Amino acid sequence: MRVDGRGLIDRSQPVTFKFDGRSVTGYKGDTVASALLGKGVRLMARSFKYHRPRGVLTAGSEEPNALLEVGQGAAMTPNTRATVQEIYSGLTVQSQNRIGPLDRDLLSINDALWPFLSAGFYYKTFMWPRAFWEKLYEPVIRRAAGLGRITRDASPERHEKAFAFCDVLVIGGGPAGLMAALTAAKGGADVILAEETPELGGRLLSDGQEIDGTPAAYWVEDIVKELQATGRVRVMTRTTVTGAYDDGSYGALERVARHVAPADDLPPECFWRIRARQAVLAAGAHERPIAFPMNDRPGIMLAGAVRTYLNRYGVSPGRNVTIFATNDDAHRTAVELMDAGVKVAAVIDSRTGVTAKGDYRLIEGGQVIGTKGRQGLRQITYRAGSRTDTLITDCLAMSGGWNPAVHLTCHLGARPVWDADAKMFLPAPGAVPGLTPAGSCNGAMSTAACLSEGLEAGKAALAALGRPAPQGVSLPEAEDDPGRTQALWYVEGKGRAWLDFANDVTTKDVKLAAAEGYASVEHMKRYTTQGMAPDQGKSSNINALALLADSTGRGIPETGTTTYRPPFIPVTMGAMGAFAEGHGFAPERRTTSDAAARGRGAPMIEAGLWFRPSYFPAPGETTWREACDREVAMVRNAVGVVDVSTLGKIDIQGPDAGAFLDFVYTNMFSTLKVGRARYGLMLREDGHVMDDGTTARLGDHHYVMTTTTAAAGQVMAHLEFVAQGLRPDLDVRIISATEQWAQFSVAGPLSRELLNGVLDQPIDDESFPFMACGAVKVHGVTGRLFRISFSGEHAYEIAVPARYGDALYRDLVARAEALGGGAYGMEALNVLRIEKGFITHSEIHGRVTAHDIGMQRMLSQKKDFVGKAAAARPGLLEPGRERLVGLRPVEAEGRLTAGARLFKEGDPHKRVLDQGYVTSVGYSPTLGHMIGLGFLRHGPECEGQEIVMVDHLRKVKTRVQVVNPVFFDPDGGRARG
Amino acid sequence: MLIPCPLCGARDSREFTPKGHASYLDRPAEDAPPQAWNDYLHLRENPAGDTRELWFHGAGCGAWLVVERNTVSHAVTGARLAREVRDAG
Repeated sequence: MRVDGRGLIDRSQPVTFKFDGRSVTGYKGDTVASALLGKGVRLMARSFKYHRPRGVLTAGSEEPNALLEVGQGAAMTPNTRATVQEIYSGLTVQSQNRIGPLDRDLLSINDALWPFLSAGFYYKTFMWPRAFWEKLYEPVIRRAAGLGRITRDASPERHEKAFAFCDVLVIGGGPAGLMAALTAAKGGADVILAEETPELGGRLLSDGQEIDGTPAAYWVEDIVKELQATGRVRVMTRTTVTGAYDDGSYGALERVARHVAPADDLPPECFWRIRARQAVLAAGAHERPIAFPMNDRPGIMLAGAVRTYLNRYGVSPGRNVTIFATNDDAHRTAVELMDAGVKVAAVIDSRTGVTAKGDYRLIEGGQVIGTKGRQGLRQITYRAGSRTDTLITDCLAMSGGWNPAVHLTCHLGARPVWDADAKMFLPAPGAVPGLTPAGSCNGAMSTAACLSEGLEAGKAALAALGRPAPQGVSLPEAEDDPGRTQALWYVEGKGRAWLDFANDVTTKDVKLAAAEGYASVEHMKRYTTQGMAPDQGKSSNINALALLADSTGRGIPETGTTTYRPPFIPVTMGAMGAFAEGHGFAPERRTTSDAAARGRGAPMIEAGLWFRPSYFPAPGETTWREACDREVAMVRNAVGVVDVSTLGKIDIQGPDAGAFLDFVYTNMFSTLKVGRARYGLMLREDGHVMDDGTTARLGDHHYVMTTTTAAAGQVMAHLEFVAQGLRPDLDVRIISATEQWAQFSVAGPLSRELLNGVLDQPIDDESFPFMACGAVKVHGVTGRLFRISFSGEHAYEIAVPARYGDALYRDLVARAEALGGGAYGMEALNVLRIEKGFITHSEIHGRVTAHDIGMQRMLSQKKDFVGKAAAARPGLLEPGRERLVGLRPVEAEGRLTAGARLFKEGDPHKRVLDQGYVTSVGYSPTLGHMIGLGFLRHGPECEGQEIVMVDHLRKVKTRVQVVNPVFFDPDGGRARG
Repeated sequence: MLIPCPLCGARDSREFTPKGHASYLDRPAEDAPPQAWNDYLHLRENPAGDTRELWFHGAGCGAWLVVERNTVSHAVTGARLAREVRDAG
């Protein structure tokens, strides 16, 4: 119910939203939880396992019960906490984990079955028959137990990610955080102040108290103004710091537009990476529930949360409230409710010798031992001494004390330290370098202590930055009594006592785990699922481990905590992966001929990050094969043009460039004449092939290396490593020039004729023989020409600065077409190279040696080179290794498939008898049948034999003949001629 | 994690790629016995604590660095150019 005169909501602005299809009206500033409580709605959810009716437990992001689905269709977000979701006009939320209406959930049958559904129930019960698990048990259990649904469609929401940098990051905008931020900013530091809720102030907005003689909320307003006046503080509200990482890195989730109707120009969430020189953790504390019997009914919540609903939202969660306290702090709830005119039935305090702080009924030495009310609390039973009695009440505000929110201090591996006097875990000193905990997350439980620790933490951050403490920041006066707390983790009695509300873990489950030998806290956690729900046990872990400690006869520090890991709150995958979807998944690299190729209707295929044309469909062609066959024939008979700019181009210069290449290649390059190119083979130091390509010598001290498209980056890093790390004695410099040059292959019998149309000075075979290279003028532009061939035809590669690439490509293709040729794509390029037995990374896939691909003779004996020693290991030179062969079907129509396995004729097709595999296949229009390359035991020794190719995956079996890998023009006359 | 590149200053570790222990700089001679090559290629210390590793500043200046860091605390205590480490012997 609403309480007049309280709360920070704007009562002049009613807001209507939908909850399970019903219209509910609250006020601007309400959360879904406060608006529903304001209307007297206590039932908001069904529990995970037993489908128990549940209401809110908390008023913050640690809420375990009131999880909702927000939004509709593919944009629906499940497991949103009703205590965090602010209402806006048009908001639609649904309760989850139910069949039928929330108040008549058909799955509440599970609640009647509770004696059977204890910890380990699934492990013990659904074991046989094994096949039933996937088909029957798991789907049924998943349907019955669970949290929100996920939509099967991609979310249309588009989140942001962003980076921020600051001198001091202050995490939490309560009294400690505000003082720390003010101190740091006045000391000249650039500050980011991150606050999870929409308003700065923290508990100061929840508790009616005074600072410097004025209501705390007014003091907060003044401080916020002062912060703004410094011009150094970036206040980020609705922002939760989710994790602490190395070297002052922090992750943070900002709910940019979750509190307003979705709009196209606003991302719902933004995930921040914040780099801070220093940080102050002022994350506050989480109040503990008490595990007493039947403590989960709607209307039972935390005492501090009741004050938050009252003072922040102007709502009393009940008309007749009972408080179950173990500490002085919870008595405030009674005082403030009475101040607001709400009836307090009694304060039941587990301690004796307590004095009431107001005119309410105080029951000392009391414990709540039972509750009634199917869909909401109606009555409680308590025991005080030998007396047992009942009270009629609709809200029970409980408090077992407060747990400092030490989470972020544990993210780098530190464990919190148990303070036996204060009965709490505190941050380990120096747990996160550069992070100073302050306030109640550090165990300071009075407002005055929080303010003081905040001030000191601000000064400490300044000192670490080498800045003096500022003048004019004084410590305000505030209440200085932290109160006393008795440790009461659970209450014995009849009926279930919940620890983890979100995962339906009770005291019985933890005791059972201990009895069955799961004595380690990590084992108990996994056996019972304690602390594994979206709230990660923020309210329940400490109670559970205290119970485990008692059940195993150990102390709390010996039992220890489970591991605190990021993120502190659930983070949507969409926010964490913002931009990394669709085109944002990876950079796209496009060649200069990209537009021209697409303009000709070429389907593009990805080659690493590059896009390359697959084939160029001609009128009347209906399949890619028709286009591919035509393009192959075109290159063999006339001339074709293909963009080869994606190959890595590395410029290598210096007096020792030749010696350097001798060291990275297996063969010699220092002896290469200026104006000539040579094929080179490169090994890894372990003796296996890394890459291959041609390298041309443009001058005495100047080479240009080409690498394969796939390995360009790897080769570049490798060359730098060799130059800097292994051979710093060599005077050589290396730079990638891949994107500076557009390079096109012009291949076919008419290639020279075509080129002479674009070159300012015509070439002939004498001045430009096979493997020649040099500078040329192309329509007046200085370019480079290489007579190299990857097709086996008379061919050239012509390179111009990238800005001329588009124009040159279009010109070359037009001229090729005039000669009866044209553009060709990757499919044809692949067939052409397989016909010639040229290898790509399909063959040099990382596990093959030079010996395996028949290039052992390229390993120079005259010099050392990377991989030489390892390549000479006897095991790598055995004839029985899988070695490169050509494969052709025995019957002309036989089908070959890449990835298929090879077997001897007559052998069963079993793994132990496997003889090798197929790496590349294609249909050769030149030969009229399919051809393939592969690796076969004893390889070349088997030439002429018939074997069997088996593709278990595609169900293909073909008799094939082992042949030389060079299918076409074996003596290479066409390329040299 | 920040790596203090001697050429660029402290930079985010995502600009770098690691290669492994710095002993990879100590390449045996061509005619070293097979055991020496085997040790060089395949045997690495994997310390829980201080270590020296090779990192490549591929998204930066292209320098190979010898980074001193602690595998337990992730603290980076220094970085030198691999070229200078080699020259220093």
